[in-house]
Amino acid sequence: MSRKVLVLGEVRDGSLRNVSFEAVAAAKTVAEGGEVVGVLLGENVSDLGTELIKNGADRVVVVEDAKLAQYTSDGYSQAILAVIDQEQPEGLVFGHTALGKDLSPKLAAKLESGLISDATAVEVAGGNVVFTRPIYSGKAFEKKIVTDGLIFATVRPNNITPLEKDESRSGEVTSLSVEIKDLRTIIKEVVRKATEGVDLSEAKVVVSGGRGVKSAEGFKPLKELADVLGGAVGASRGACDAEYCDYSLQIGQTGKVVTPDLYIACGISGAIQHLAGMSNSKVIVAINKDPEANIFKVADYGIVGDLFDVVPMLTEEFKKLKVHQ
Amino acid sequence: MNIYVLMKRTFDTEEKITLSGGKINEDGAEFIINPYDEYAIEEAIQVRDANGGEVTVISVGSEEAEKQLRTALAMGADKAVLINTEDDVENGDQFTTAKVLAEYLKDKEADLILGGNVAIDGGSGQVGPRVAELLNIPYVTTITKLEIDGNNVTVTRDVEGDSEVIETSLPLLVTAQQGLNEPRYPSLPGIMKAKKKPLEELELDDLDLDEEDVEAKTKTIEVYLPPKKEAGKVLAGELSDQVKELVHLLHTEAKVV
Repeated sequence: MSRKVLVLGEVRDGSLRNVSFEAVAAAKTVAEGGEVVGVLLGENVSDLGTELIKNGADRVVVVEDAKLAQYTSDGYSQAILAVIDQEQPEGLVFGHTALGKDLSPKLAAKLESGLISDATAVEVAGGNVVFTRPIYSGKAFEKKIVTDGLIFATVRPNNITPLEKDESRSGEVTSLSVEIKDLRTIIKEVVRKATEGVDLSEAKVVVSGGRGVKSAEGFKPLKELADVLGGAVGASRGACDAEYCDYSLQIGQTGKVVTPDLYIACGISGAIQHLAGMSNSKVIVAINKDPEANIFKVADYGIVGDLFDVVPMLTEEFKKLKVHQ
Repeated sequence: MNIYVLMKRTFDTEEKITLSGGKINEDGAEFIINPYDEYAIEEAIQVRDANGGEVTVISVGSEEAEKQLRTALAMGADKAVLINTEDDVENGDQFTTAKVLAEYLKDKEADLILGGNVAIDGGSGQVGPRVAELLNIPYVTTITKLEIDGNNVTVTRDVEGDSEVIETSLPLLVTAQQGLNEPRYPSLPGIMKAKKKPLEELELDDLDLDEEDVEAKTKTIEVYLPPKKEAGKVLAGELSDQVKELVHLLHTEAKVV
């Protein structure tokens, strides 16, 4: 059964986020041959329409308004509901990002629809669109279908392979004018705390520190390693509780769940709550002084040694590799 | 102020997950207040202590959630409500829970509703915003700071590591992120007092809801455990050689760099 599916293209710092291309790929599966329509909201975002099309959308609807320059649940839901009203889609896919998490339940409630959050895979099986999602922070998984409303899902970054970009693809980019009004929450200020560049939940490489890092200063070599690999720095709860770093870096059952291609755990013992947040990473490297540390049980590769010796050496070695590439 | 907290009983984070008959095995497991809901309860108590009013903690679930509600009362909440759906709802989802909560809350004239930003079991983070939408009030998720001045509210929100400072007003629903506060442990006098605090138990009937009104809009068709990871390769030899070997393996064998 072919369906029309809307995908929200999420814009950050003037470009589309990777997760939006992954969402397009998911939407393509949900559509079963039907049309995938990208939606772009914001100010001066219509130029990104072709980018979304090259990555698999068939056409794009743009809603531009100064009130959409920053995300608010009221503004964005008004805009999307207007697009839904025009397009009458059967499916809706967002990234499971801060924005997607905040917005999707409001829309689901408004549309009286089911919603499957944080999907890591989507397939069509037995006539149903089946989503896979982690539960208990990845200690288990469930397969789920929507039984009422739109086929509505948010997809976790880094899990669904985007379609290959096709520079020759073209499609229509149309604009829809929507009156955005009565915003009940107003953003007064955005304080950039996150280290510039790569977002933890989207990073392909995560270099993570635990109590073994010993101080805020101790995160420096980890940051250097992450920079060489184009990755992000994360932390265990122990390191956050000891105030070596901000809670926004925490990975685990409380905190973020990450699934990068490469996870390098430095001075992390591997408590079950931490493992829940990272054990589904594709490749795990553990560096720990204690050969008995639990983290070695989930690691693909381990080095028993002091992270302050190993991490700088790794950074140098990766630098050499990058030079040769 | 009329303050409500949405609370879920969840598995202790220490628990290993096993399956029994295709479902998560709950036998012998320890249960706790969902950790993010603990921040919500703590914040509610602090807001009440600063502004006056009353904190009511609500949970949708089974009779067993009474234990966690008593803990919330022992922390300092004034009243608890258990909406027991055990007999009426077999396979609820986030729509179900939000609908039940919103039906309960719709005539309560809540000034402030707090919840955790996500439950560590289901992990969808849907219920808070769904309830706000059903009640037609604004909401802010993943908050790390809450300041109330009369009817005006300033909230700081965690957005993937950045912070947004948001101005809004009551009535409002917020969901708590780690870092909002340091939840207190119940004191011994608190535990004694909690035994005498009101804990009301309701069922769907009491909210004029039928099973069909709250029927789930999603269905779980399979639950499974991730494949067990084989123990990996712990390298040996001189540290500098290990590092070289590791980089080589990541490049040629694992192909991730």
